[in-house]
Amino acid sequence: MLDVTKKTSDKIELTRHKMALILVAVAAVLMVLRYAGLLPEALFRLPEAMIPPFAIWLDTIFNFVKDDLGLLKLTRFLTGGLEALLDTTANLLFGKRRWPNLGPIPWTSIAAVAAVLGYYLGGWRLAVLAAGTFVWTALIGQWKIAMETMSVLVIAAPVAFVIGITLGILAWRNPWLDRALKPILSVLQTLPFFTYLLPAVIFFKVGPTAGAVATIIYAIPPMILMTTLGLQKVPEEVVEAGHMSGCSRWQLLCYVYIPSARQEILVGVNQVIMLCLAMVVLTAFIGMPGLGAKLLAMMGSFKLGRSFEIGVTIVLLAVTLDRMSKAWVVKQPAHFEKGTPWWKRHVMLLLAIAAFIFFVIVSQFIEVASTVGRKQNFSQGKELDNLIKGFLNIEVVKSTTYFLRAFVNVQILIPFRNFILSIPTPAVILLVAAFALWLGGRKQAVLAAMFFSLVALSGWWDRSMITLYSVISAVSIAMLIGLPLGIVASRTERWSRRILLVCDTAQTFPSFVYLIPAIMLFGITDIAVIFSILIFAMVPLTRYTIEGLRAVPHEMTEAADMAGATRMQKLWKVQLPLALPTMAVGFNQAIMFAFFMVIIAAFIGTQDLGQELQRTLAGTDLGKNFVLGICVSLMALTFDLTIMKWASDQKRALGLGE
Amino acid sequence: MTQQPVISCKNVWKVFGSKPEAYLKTMPEGHSYDEISADGYIAGVKDVSIEVSRGEMLVIMGLSGSGKSTLVRCFSRLHEITSGTIEIDGQDIMSLSEKELIELRRNKMGMVFQSFGLLPHRTVLENVAFPLEMRGQDKHTRRARALEVIKLVGLEGREEYFPRELSGGQQQRVGIARSLAIEPDIWFLDEPFSALDPLIRREMQDEFLRLQGLLGKTIVFITHDFDEALRLADRIAIMKDGAVEQCDTPDQIVLHPATEYVRKFTEEIDKARVITAKTLAIAETKGTGEAVSADATVKQLAKLLVHDTREVIPVTEDGIIIGGMNRTDGLTLLLEAD
Repeated sequence: MLDVTKKTSDKIELTRHKMALILVAVAAVLMVLRYAGLLPEALFRLPEAMIPPFAIWLDTIFNFVKDDLGLLKLTRFLTGGLEALLDTTANLLFGKRRWPNLGPIPWTSIAAVAAVLGYYLGGWRLAVLAAGTFVWTALIGQWKIAMETMSVLVIAAPVAFVIGITLGILAWRNPWLDRALKPILSVLQTLPFFTYLLPAVIFFKVGPTAGAVATIIYAIPPMILMTTLGLQKVPEEVVEAGHMSGCSRWQLLCYVYIPSARQEILVGVNQVIMLCLAMVVLTAFIGMPGLGAKLLAMMGSFKLGRSFEIGVTIVLLAVTLDRMSKAWVVKQPAHFEKGTPWWKRHVMLLLAIAAFIFFVIVSQFIEVASTVGRKQNFSQGKELDNLIKGFLNIEVVKSTTYFLRAFVNVQILIPFRNFILSIPTPAVILLVAAFALWLGGRKQAVLAAMFFSLVALSGWWDRSMITLYSVISAVSIAMLIGLPLGIVASRTERWSRRILLVCDTAQTFPSFVYLIPAIMLFGITDIAVIFSILIFAMVPLTRYTIEGLRAVPHEMTEAADMAGATRMQKLWKVQLPLALPTMAVGFNQAIMFAFFMVIIAAFIGTQDLGQELQRTLAGTDLGKNFVLGICVSLMALTFDLTIMKWASDQKRALGLGE
Repeated sequence: MTQQPVISCKNVWKVFGSKPEAYLKTMPEGHSYDEISADGYIAGVKDVSIEVSRGEMLVIMGLSGSGKSTLVRCFSRLHEITSGTIEIDGQDIMSLSEKELIELRRNKMGMVFQSFGLLPHRTVLENVAFPLEMRGQDKHTRRARALEVIKLVGLEGREEYFPRELSGGQQQRVGIARSLAIEPDIWFLDEPFSALDPLIRREMQDEFLRLQGLLGKTIVFITHDFDEALRLADRIAIMKDGAVEQCDTPDQIVLHPATEYVRKFTEEIDKARVITAKTLAIAETKGTGEAVSADATVKQLAKLLVHDTREVIPVTEDGIIIGGMNRTDGLTLLLEAD
């Protein structure tokens, strides 16, 4: 019986691949006709007249919801509460003149508390990292802007956490809500951040409030997913033990489920914090003051030294927050012997309070301990500027960057872009559908065709294709570098660990930071755009390659060794096929990252969707903003659906489990 | 033995699938396990009727997937049964409201799990006190009671440890202590020692017998290990494909297997270890000379059987001679073992 089902599935497979080939053939015919000049214009690009005015329709809907349904009143009401919270933290952290008028807290106090917290969570190293970050920030003269950023973060992250965990619990309790949320979440996760920003501005006023709202919404999805995942993973027997102990439903949730899912929930917290930081920096685009705004201004005026310093601050903050929250994930409660006195059980808390008070008192007498003045900081902006310019002027560096700019850009990238733009719209749709059919299946193919047709209908086809071109070229180059790097690194335990650490750290950097080296090296050019996407996308590629190869069971490599395989044979015949599903996940993430980064790269100057999106931020073009955002989202989703389906199919076929 | 059984279940079915109730109603009488599977359903428990009386230890045996865990979860209503009735102390548990069910569990039932089911974020003390906390006892009394049970299972001095800091055997002691904290009448143990290595398992079985000697609870014990079953059981129920094949005392199961499956299952068992003098005693003959105890197994009597010269050896129970055992019967059993 098993044999029969296998045969039929083979047959389905055959026809599926055959159909994909037919689609490619049709696309090829269309292309040939186009180059021969025989294709009617209407089949090359959708005529203007046929494009429905989505933007206007959406605007009408938004206006209806906003004004007639009174959503604006509601959001403005919510704004009040959020604003009060933000004002409080703003006062405490950088002394904005608002209630409770206590601040600003001296930087030494914050650094000391961070050190104690770091020590409590992860020992000396973390203490040094945490204190070091804050000391650096203060001494380099960025304390105020960093605290502007932090004041939003400390509100946005907890709010996102509370909303996320609540929705996560509800989705876990109610399967229908789960089913309804899943597609919304995957769209939200692929939606470019500019699309979060404009509605936030319109509904919540410009400034910290809108920034906080956009940040919160952006950070919620992973919290929901991690909560649901964690609750589902609680062992059946623990739940049954709860039942048998006579738990009511509420008790079961509070005392059994949530504590047992602690790890996943804390991983969610880590992700919330990191996404919040990434987003808070990006809210500079809607005029949120802070590190992001300063970085934007410095890069805009090409002050590379200062940009670099701000970049370091952001990176240090990111790494500190990441390491601390990750240390919290693995931190287990310690047991105290019977009769341990109260102060000993809470020694860390007492220490933190003592350090805080001590430095508050000290700063009453010593000015520098409270705020580092303008003239007192150690910023080396000018000197760094000269240093960087000097480096770029070294003959080797100069000729390399020039070669890359001239050759790669002119000979490869631009022709490739022109080629993509020369393909008739229906041919692109067919090709994408064929790709989805080949890897995923019928359902994926239909969705792919539908999604790309919608992009065509949106009227932003050429810009979408340029976005797609940037993504494809950057990811391709990233693969050329990332895959060999991963393969070589995975050979030894030591190098795997090192490279994974680098990837882990790099992944915590807010995406905005990646623009700095790109602009430094290549200025304002197309290649800088590709370069920034490339380094961002290389991280998951390398990481998952290593993880996939390292996860190949030892028996299999040993079996290959005993069969007399050479290193190359082993790699090609055993390790790579088994690691491929995992690598595909990395590939998928690389594409998602690329779609994310390509929009940010609009800042450098592109001609794609990102550029248009950024333009909408200046006005109130909510409809257009959404149409553009959805275009990006649809293209990203097509890849996401197809590749993830392929990866899970392969995993199942190889018996590697879900 | 005339008193009301503590657990009594009649024609209990537990069917897994999309619409089990509707399916069971329309299912033809006498459908086999495989036929039900072919219809896309799984018969977790298949028409089981069984009674457990007060103070008795019933051991449910079977291979994995035979439905033994499912059955015991039906007893405590961790699973909702598809049809049939289950009565605990004469009360139909399927008719209980959620609140009444929680009350029942809070006061009458304790359960021990195969992989312990401990709460990882709570200390030993907090884990043991958990059921007491759930029923709202104040901190002081629940602490006192928890310490008492922790002492009972021999974990004194480990109260402040977390489960991850304990060995498997110690973790299961915590599980046992927790299930005993509320002083349950009925004690469910779902393969409590399967996850432990053989030496520890033996030790825990002794510990368990000691506790049972002290407490005398009504017990439903699940295992897939026949040796364990023989050591502990008053009665053994053997399950296969969700149905109970035979439920009887250990020596009856070994001597008179009801089905081919049970016979195969017990084939490898050393009968001399199970069968007692009482089983072999024939009431008509009395024999002469010194008597042997009715509870002694043939194995325990091995030396005597080999060296004695009497044809018939008298068997006594509670000081009364209940009959004589043919020495050759005993010897045959002893030799058969190899």
